[in-house]
Order: sequence, then structure tokens, then C-alpha cells
Amino acid sequence: MVILEFFLVLIGITALGLLYGGIARKWSARIQRRYGPPFYQNFLDVFKLLGKKNTKSHGVMFALGPVIAFTGITLSLFFLPLGNSRPLLSFEGDIFVLFYLLVIAPLGMALGAGEAANPNATIGIARGLTLMLGYELIFFLSALAVMMKFNTASLWKIVELQGTFPDWNLFPFFLSAFAGLIALQGMMGEKPFDLTVAPHEIASGPMVEYNGKYLGLLQLYHAIAIVVETGLFVNLFLGGGSILTFILKTFFVFMLAVTVDNIMPRFRIGQAVKFYWKYPLIISLLGILVVFIWR
Amino acid sequence: MGLFRWSQSRSLWMMHFCTGCGAVEMPPTMTSRYDMERFGIIPMATPRQADILLITGYLTVKTLKRVVRSYEQMADPKYVIGFGSCTINGGMYWDSYNTIKQLDLYIPVDLYIAGCMPRPDSIIDAFVKLREMIAKGEANGWIRYRENLEWYRANQAKVFNVEKWSAIEP
Repeated sequence: MVILEFFLVLIGITALGLLYGGIARKWSARIQRRYGPPFYQNFLDVFKLLGKKNTKSHGVMFALGPVIAFTGITLSLFFLPLGNSRPLLSFEGDIFVLFYLLVIAPLGMALGAGEAANPNATIGIARGLTLMLGYELIFFLSALAVMMKFNTASLWKIVELQGTFPDWNLFPFFLSAFAGLIALQGMMGEKPFDLTVAPHEIASGPMVEYNGKYLGLLQLYHAIAIVVETGLFVNLFLGGGSILTFILKTFFVFMLAVTVDNIMPRFRIGQAVKFYWKYPLIISLLGILVVFIWR
Repeated sequence: MGLFRWSQSRSLWMMHFCTGCGAVEMPPTMTSRYDMERFGIIPMATPRQADILLITGYLTVKTLKRVVRSYEQMADPKYVIGFGSCTINGGMYWDSYNTIKQLDLYIPVDLYIAGCMPRPDSIIDAFVKLREMIAKGEANGWIRYRENLEWYRANQAKVFNVEKWSAIEP
């Protein structure tokens, strides 16, 4: 019964992530005054990739990389409260576990792409892992403010104590939430922080040698990652509610990121980390100060 | 199998090999004016991820080597579109000493777009035609290449003026 529930959540969230991706492509097209692909385009892309033949494997780790990424993000999905429904795995301190699990996926991809020995992939990995130093710190500090206020490190408890609309954490912690939103932009790899997968510059970075079924698995990983990362932000700052409001909120946060993505140029890696360690860091530290004063 | 073939016809990732002058027609096709993304066709940066290889215009003997190598790095099923009259019969380079005249001798071409230059309208038209061909199972150049590999290799070796050559290991 529990296994069935796991599968249901996995399939549902994957489909949701693919749908979000498709709508985002349509939305970017409309911003650029194009017609855009149909909203189910990402489903077609994944089906096509899973039906293709792989050309060449570069070794065992190359094949395992996408699997590790997919597994890591799937595991972190089960720690995520979806609206009012209790997450499948939940205990005191699970936010820390979730933060660790979110790192597994990029590391798996780095190990896999590293074996391909393509210079573009190597540059992409170096950029991705360096950028992680930037956004992880900011996102953790903004989550820390919320954890300090409720005196708990369980994501489910934070959602429960937070309540619905007027009691959202967004309003008392708007500084932390703003810093978290900037960190989220980098976590999802949207512009101005899309330097890991810069298609015009380093030929899609770590994914440069991946094809066929491997690439299909990476697309699925990306679809789930969208929901997990926006869902983490929603659970921390935008309150609880039914599963339907959770979907609406994650959709809104993702669309905000996509809109910013469409009007921004790209940072160089040095600029990106410097930016993160300057303004968002100050904002998130001020957010923690607010909690100290308030208590 | 039906689902895979249908999604293959609806989602085509393209790598445009822009050595010829046809490259100038690609930006309007990709961007807002003609917007090929509405057919699910987007440009890809690497041959590994691409489904379509678009040869835009003439190929010198030297670039043909790179084209064959790129083509063999693509994952099956893969399709080739010859773009402009240079790929059909040499076009205005018909008497040149260092361009190839007929692309079909070296890699299997599924579809030609005639003209010098073909407008973005006709490129979109070709994509729609290719989509129909894939759905019917007619675009099988990649099978032809596999079955007649020795013939293609012999033609390539002849134009490169070598005894024997392999695309993957240089």
C-alpha cells in the first residue's frame, strides 16, 4: 500500500513538472511574441528520447550519472509536504536531510558527465558546483530564519504551524523570502544564473554527451526538480492549504522565475558568486536579525 | 511503438551545420518571425542530442569529414535535410575543385529543399513534410546508411583521396 502511494506521488509529480515546463515554454514564447509549442510538448520530448537508441556509452559512471540524479531527486520528493497531506517520510530535522538530498542530483550528474571527458561538460560541472556555493548558503540562511521562529527543523511542522493565507511566513519574513527567491532562481538554473547549462556558450554543459534514454531520464529529473525546489519555497514561506492550492502556488513561483528568466542576461560565474555573496547574503542576514528582535 | 513514432514526428531537435551561406536563413526561422518551435523543432547544440542534421549549402571536402563524423555521433533514428541547390547538384559551385556536388553520395539525405536560397517558408514546409514522412515510416535514411555502409564509406574515401577511413576514430 505504501509502495503504491510512493509510485502515485512520483508519477503525479513528474507529470506535473512536465506540464509546468511545457506551459513555461509557451509563456516564454508569448513574451517573445511567438506562438510557441503546444503545452504538452515536454511529454512528447520525453517519449521521443526514451524511444531513441543510445549511441555510445563512455563507461559505467556515465550511465549511472542520470540514475543517481533521478534517484536523489525522487528521494527528496518524498520529504516534501504536498499541501495538507503529510509527506511520506517526515521526522524532526528532515529539512537538513532534504538539503543534503538536493545536492545528490547535481553531484550524480557531475560524476556522470565527468566520465564523458568532454571539455564543455567539464566547464559546466565546474560552474554548477561553484554556483552551488552561492545559492545553497543563501537558501539555507533564509530557511534558518523560519526554523528559528518555529523552533523546529521539520518541514511538516513548519507547514502545520504556519496556517493559511493571512498567516503566511512571507509577510513577517519578507526579507528572507526575497533572498530565498533569488537563491531559487540559481537553484533552478534560470537566467541570470543559467551558466551551468548555457546552450549557446558551452553546448548545454554537463548534458553535452548525453543522448537518447539518458537524456530522457535527465529531462524527468529536471521536471521533478522544478516541483521539489518551488515546493520547498512554498512550504517555507507560502503556507499550507489543500493540494490544489499547493499546485497553484508552485505554479505561480515557477512562472515568476520563468518571467525573470526571459528578461535577464547571463552572469559570468565570478559575477554570479560575487552577487550571491553580496546583496542576497546581506538581505538574508537581516532576515535572521528580524527574528532575533521579534523573539 | 506507435506512441514513440508519433512523438518522434512531433518533437524534432535540429542541429544546423552552418558552413554555407544558408545559415543566414536560419535565425528568422528559429525566432519570432517564423517560429519553428510551434512544430516542436528547436535548435540543439550538440550532435548527440539532435534528430535532424540540416546541411545549409555547399560543403567543401574538408568540412564533409566533419559532417560525416557529426552524423555518426547522432543517435538513431536520425534524419538529414539537404538545404539549397548546392547539396543537390553543386549549385553555383558546380565547377569548383574543392566542394562536393551531390550530398546523397556521402550521407543519406531524407529530404531536399531546392532553391538558392530557400526562404524560411520553404524550410518550415520541409519540416512539416519530414514530420509526415516520419509518421508514415518513410524517412529511413539512417537504415539505408547502416545497410549500405560500405558503399558510403567507399564514396567518402574516394573524395577524401585515401585508401580507407573511419569517421569515429580519426
